[in-house]
Amino acid sequence: MSDVVEPVVETVELQHGCPVVNSHGQRVLLVARDKYVAVVKALADEGFDMCVDLTGVDYLNVENRTVGADIVPERFEVVVNLLSLTKRERIRLRVQVPENDATLPSLFDVHPGTEAHERETFDMFGIVFEGHPDPTRILMPEDWDGHPLRKDYEQGNIPVQFKGAHS
Amino acid sequence: MSTTENTFAAAGTSEGGQELLSRSELTAKELLREVGSVLRMSESEAAALGAVEHEAPEDQTMIINMGPQHPSTHGVLRLMLELQGETVLRCKPIIGYLHTGMEKTGEALTYMQGGTNVTRMDYLSPLNNELVFSLAVEKLLGIDGDIPERAVWMRMLLSELNRMSSHLLFLATNGMDIGAVSMMLYGWREREEVLRFFQKVTGLRMNHNFIRPGGLAADLPAGWRDDVLAILENLPSRLEEYDILMTGQPIWRERLQGVGAITAREAMALGCTGPILRSTGVAWDLRRDMPYLRYDDVEFDVIVGQYGDAYDRYAIRFNEIRESMRIVYQILDRMPSGDYRIQNKKVTPPPRARIDESMEALIHHFKIFTEGFKVPEGEVYVGIESPRGEIGCYIVSDGSSNPYRMHMRAPSFVNIQALPHMMRGGLVADAVAVISSVDPVLGEVDR
Amino acid sequence: MGLAQDVLDDGLGGIAHNVVTARIEDLVKWARSRSSWGASFGLACCAIEMMGTGASHYDISRFGMEVFRASPRQADIMIVAGRVSQKMAPVLRQVYDQMMEPKWVISMGVCASSGGMFNNYAIVQGVDQIVPVDVYAPGCPPTPETLIHAIETLHQLIEDGEIMRRRTANNGGAAVELSLETPSAVSVALGTK
Repeated sequence: MSDVVEPVVETVELQHGCPVVNSHGQRVLLVARDKYVAVVKALADEGFDMCVDLTGVDYLNVENRTVGADIVPERFEVVVNLLSLTKRERIRLRVQVPENDATLPSLFDVHPGTEAHERETFDMFGIVFEGHPDPTRILMPEDWDGHPLRKDYEQGNIPVQFKGAHS
Repeated sequence: MSTTENTFAAAGTSEGGQELLSRSELTAKELLREVGSVLRMSESEAAALGAVEHEAPEDQTMIINMGPQHPSTHGVLRLMLELQGETVLRCKPIIGYLHTGMEKTGEALTYMQGGTNVTRMDYLSPLNNELVFSLAVEKLLGIDGDIPERAVWMRMLLSELNRMSSHLLFLATNGMDIGAVSMMLYGWREREEVLRFFQKVTGLRMNHNFIRPGGLAADLPAGWRDDVLAILENLPSRLEEYDILMTGQPIWRERLQGVGAITAREAMALGCTGPILRSTGVAWDLRRDMPYLRYDDVEFDVIVGQYGDAYDRYAIRFNEIRESMRIVYQILDRMPSGDYRIQNKKVTPPPRARIDESMEALIHHFKIFTEGFKVPEGEVYVGIESPRGEIGCYIVSDGSSNPYRMHMRAPSFVNIQALPHMMRGGLVADAVAVISSVDPVLGEVDR
Repeated sequence: MGLAQDVLDDGLGGIAHNVVTARIEDLVKWARSRSSWGASFGLACCAIEMMGTGASHYDISRFGMEVFRASPRQADIMIVAGRVSQKMAPVLRQVYDQMMEPKWVISMGVCASSGGMFNNYAIVQGVDQIVPVDVYAPGCPPTPETLIHAIETLHQLIEDGEIMRRRTANNGGAAVELSLETPSAVSVALGTK
């Protein structure tokens, strides 16, 4: 197994026109935003018929980030984990989502099971999924301000003082 | 009340005021005679009322709100049900009432402390949470191949015992939800036995933080084998008792069979895993299909249902207890000796005894618990089979000692999406049975 | 001895040993503490331990509390078992308001008591910001033994407390006295410590 830091992999392999990188032995597809739904559809036809997970990452605090291949890194990234029951294989998709236009087409038509995940990603990161049937907050109260998992959202620590407590 | 003077006045043909006395002046007895305390209605009048059209019009539906505080919901799940008469038309699970911000808190804790955080997500199978987190961190560190054999088998032992305790709790709550209250007591009784073993091993009944990146927190205590054997010998006869109590009983079958059925295609489209997917006939168990730890070295069967209904899900969990016992027997036979954690200075704190003699060991111990260890940059996803389905951990590391992003793919969070599909067209009385058969843990749904 | 022997000797016939005299207040408090029913307000991990306390091994019915009422109207004690999120807080308060006086609250576990390890945007840092708490049970989660101890403590509080107007003494709050101590200047003579 890889004992060293994974280097920026020279991509030679392409799948559905997207560069493939290897992350700790796992296949990762770097998908452009405009090809996102088409690629997921093509993969579904190939046998990746289950969408296990969809989440976001906010790379605000990482400077000089490289994604691999010639993909331009953006602030947000949506990570989709697909699973093929027949091939017993996993594949991961990483999509860059820019800060000033944090939208992505919804996967609802391909995998209805992403509904809750997309709502959660909207709730936590403010990434809007176009075409989602119910684009509302899922975990936080409806009138909540901000998106908690963004890096510029404070954790909300309340300092705790242990002195002067009533004994 | 008439006085004698008034009677004389009446005799003098004075009509007096022909008005009702105000109610406050009436005695209770007079009031009763005048207004009546019961509805007086002749039978013909009542029959005429019965002929009135009381059927609700086709398009008249009722929205009912169930939860978040409801005796039969598991945790703080809230359901909005659209009913037409007794039939459920639509259902929307509303979650977030237990949102704890664990993924945010996880970014502030080191990898060493991360276990305390994730173990509180699915509080019915805490050891599986810790396991998937540890596996992900180990993969990022690149030490996933170097974990000592004993640690791997111990992890399997704890994970399987946890599956048993979790399913026993399911039997208890499922019984209670459907009305078999005695099952509630029995399920807890058996679970208590397993928890006692956990307490002996980890020091805690729940939320153990015992499986850590690099291995486990401690070795198994002396006499652990006898304790496990006691559990294993105790359980089969009890399980048979439950078989008699529930599996074959007509009432039990009537309540569960054909209730909340979904098809394999629906389950897969919705991303359901675990007993829900298996109940539809899809033999998918990550322990067998994508083996982790040493699951490819032990023999067990993947229990599969056929109809995808609540009864299948019950039967699958019931029999998975037996399969877990089978695995635990094999683990007892094959438990290797050796170290319970990796001897890698970077990840492993020094042994307690050395701290007393060596200054370096003390500093090392101090640093590893205050600063934690740094994990190389990268991102990784690891999924394992928890009692509820695939629990996955996605970690992004930026090279520091805290995860840059720690996301848990919680099986209950996804499985709960199947509730509207299971309830559609069913009776509202079955709603509780359906929720119960999905066995969601709200701590994991909301994280 | 005396009473039991009387009954053994001549049955339940005589009035002498069928009457107990006590202050009405004591009897009320005694009755209240012996039949305090809980409102099931399970939230997270602690709820599992709370249910475990109700199960056969720990058997909470020894303390007259096995009846967990689903309706807050029928409950006397609310056991807040688990972390209270910002979204849950209004619901919790509503359930509390629906309970009949006299009512008591046990805050079970560190998350309910102080937010615990989850000091973040989502969790209310202490349920005593929402409802007045009588007994705090520590632990994460508290073992059934701890919960039983908390319940026993509360029963003692009920027996020792006043039967009326119990909330006014602590302003409806959690009876934590907060006072700001301003350091006063003390002159120090040279040469002394």
